[in-house]
Amino acid sequence: MSRPAPWRDVRVLRIAFQAAFLVAVVAFVLWIVDNTVGNLERRGIRTSFDFLDQPAGFRIPGSDFRTSQSIGDAILVGVETTMKVSAIGIVLAFLLGVFVGVARLSPNWLVRRAAALYVESLRNVPVLAIIFFWYLAVILRLPTVEVAGLFVFSNRAFAVPDLTLEDGIELFGIAALVGLVAAAVVWRWRTRRFDATGEPHHRVLWGAGLLAAVLTVGFFAAGRPIGLDTPERLRFGFAGGLRMSPEFAGLLIALVLYTASHIAEVVRGSILAVQKGQGEAADALGLSPFQRLRFVVLPQAFRIMIPPLANHFLNLVKNSSLGVAIALPEVTRVVRIAISQRAPAPQSIVMLMGIYLVFSLSIALVTNLVNRRLQLKGRT
Amino acid sequence: MSTSPLQEPIPVPEEGQPITQLGPREWARQNLFRTWFDTALTVVFSLILAWALYRAGRFVFFTGRWEIIDRNLTNLLVFRFPRDELWRVWTGLFVLAGTFGVAAGSAARTRDQAVAEGRVAPPEERLVLRRFGPVLLLVAVLLYFAGTLSAFLLTAGVAVVAVAARFAGYRVPPNRAGWGFAVGILGLVAAFTVILGFGGVGWDRWGGLMLTIFLAVGGITISFPIGVLLALGRRSTFPAVRVVCVGYIELIRGVPLITVLFMGAFMLGFFLPPGTETPSLETRALVALVVFTSAYVAEIVRGGLQSVPRGQIEAAYAVGLSPLRTTALIVLPQALRAVIPAMVGQFITLFKDTSLVAIIGLTELLGVSSIVTSQPDFLGQGLIFETLVFAAFVYWVGSYSMSRESQRLERRLGVGQR
Repeated sequence: MSRPAPWRDVRVLRIAFQAAFLVAVVAFVLWIVDNTVGNLERRGIRTSFDFLDQPAGFRIPGSDFRTSQSIGDAILVGVETTMKVSAIGIVLAFLLGVFVGVARLSPNWLVRRAAALYVESLRNVPVLAIIFFWYLAVILRLPTVEVAGLFVFSNRAFAVPDLTLEDGIELFGIAALVGLVAAAVVWRWRTRRFDATGEPHHRVLWGAGLLAAVLTVGFFAAGRPIGLDTPERLRFGFAGGLRMSPEFAGLLIALVLYTASHIAEVVRGSILAVQKGQGEAADALGLSPFQRLRFVVLPQAFRIMIPPLANHFLNLVKNSSLGVAIALPEVTRVVRIAISQRAPAPQSIVMLMGIYLVFSLSIALVTNLVNRRLQLKGRT
Repeated sequence: MSTSPLQEPIPVPEEGQPITQLGPREWARQNLFRTWFDTALTVVFSLILAWALYRAGRFVFFTGRWEIIDRNLTNLLVFRFPRDELWRVWTGLFVLAGTFGVAAGSAARTRDQAVAEGRVAPPEERLVLRRFGPVLLLVAVLLYFAGTLSAFLLTAGVAVVAVAARFAGYRVPPNRAGWGFAVGILGLVAAFTVILGFGGVGWDRWGGLMLTIFLAVGGITISFPIGVLLALGRRSTFPAVRVVCVGYIELIRGVPLITVLFMGAFMLGFFLPPGTETPSLETRALVALVVFTSAYVAEIVRGGLQSVPRGQIEAAYAVGLSPLRTTALIVLPQALRAVIPAMVGQFITLFKDTSLVAIIGLTELLGVSSIVTSQPDFLGQGLIFETLVFAAFVYWVGSYSMSRESQRLERRLGVGQR
């Protein structure tokens, strides 16, 4: 069989087309890069990434960052804040979201309606409006000093009591370790006993009780190594306790409320997606409504909800970039300040995008791992 | 009751009908007070809800200082748009009401025809008030704040034109249904031309809600073809095309919108050849929104492409269609029909996300509502509460109504049931 002429050969044409496509894409990108470099040089802006080692020349509120440190260090401080707000936000939004999602399916009409009201009113409003609302309209209008017992809510700081570690903490740590091991042993013993005899295992009671006992004895034996550091009012501002800036609190509250309204819908959808027969079977076995949810419905719903849930976690991380609008020094804000302090914009923004890309890819990686672990094997 | 219910034949409930209508007492027992825990929940939640309703009602009707909205309504809606050119906006609204009315009427006719032939399930009974309630409420609130007779008459005129056009559109023969759609698109272009063309007002002078809508509609319209191309590229048999498309989509989806907007605001000027005039901030924001949204549109369209059964493509090849014609005539029409609800969802997201352009200094609805609080008359009174509530209400009405319509559409198209 003779080969067709090259300009009629599909294999050749395919490669030729792809080569042309790649050349066009690369040429376009190079054209942009060339224009950018040319424009930057014309204005006397540096075109490399060595601005990261330059002294920053600005301060970051709420951290002990010094103006003489480099811009790279400043960005790291921002990354830390982003990670902090994202981590706390993800945990709280997940808990609230599961709670609201379950409440949307409650047999109680009033609870169902209240949950629907929450979801529908928050889901349909821009997250930036919610952030503005909490920061500008609520937190900044709190009284300057409001001490409610051990907690502080004011427009200068949010604070909750913090734990302090004192002498003897090592001893207490060992006691805690021993307690954990003992609790695990008791847990397994009760489980085995339940399997063998069928008598109620009460393993949570046994395990937690033992751990609490060991911890209490250890705490006093080690001479009370953990103290409580309550926020105190000073002449200006506050000291002690675990403090949050109003910006941090505003962004955190807004992101948690907004993301939870989306997570609630995911949870509701996943619960509804669990086969109806599963819940009915649980009822038939005489499980209580709580047991039915905890042992039959939620574990199966959880498997369905992982991919969309991870998506909303990722959205929370990305939305934390809106801290820039209320001057919370997370990474976007820091880069924004750096740009206004004459750091070259193109490189700074490319770097910022790279940082978020790393966040996204890590979350995607973790999700895939979890997903693979939890998927049913051999499902047809 | 003397007869045991067991001796009677068990009534079979009719399919799809509610089994029994409970009396109010029985209903309350089953839905509010089933167990002691339920009763406790009911008590706690009714207290919370009553308190929230009381606070909200008191704020809206008594303590809210709405004067700032009253005096800035035009600012919130169009901001810097020249006041003596406002007739262009009204004319645009009339054009839109007329053409969209025709499109809606023609669509209703097509649907009724399909229902009559039994091809589509009849729409469930819904009161018009319930469907358009939020929008009507918004119009009422806007008219209350406008408070002028001319605004009222003009709005009434728009409504009359819309309703009349709907009935006119209903008379379009069903086999000409494509025309209704075309008229809608034409109306959008015409309204745009009325405002922009003939010595009109460029969009660098638009603001407020008008800019929000422009960015959302313009963004989704331009993103759509780009997204379709990206999705086709992602499923292409050419590895090089696939890699480039996947790279673009995943890169954009991995970064927050605000970083793309920063790119538009700070970098786009550098991208152009030296000597080119930098486009206005509005244009750059629109470009950034398109760059961002097309990646998400691509993923939605990819879902639609995957939902087209493989047999359709094989059948097209079997009758001798070329790959290009297979895609254009067989795959895309089915895929795009399946993604309409998801596209509406993406439009809602974009509508809400346009608020981020306030961060790069544009004065769309959210931006205006935060800067009017620094007018000399209103400075330092904490009126941001009122303006944000107003802005949030406008956003809420828009996205809530659209999400309801998209759910209706989803049921009507039977996506996921075929």
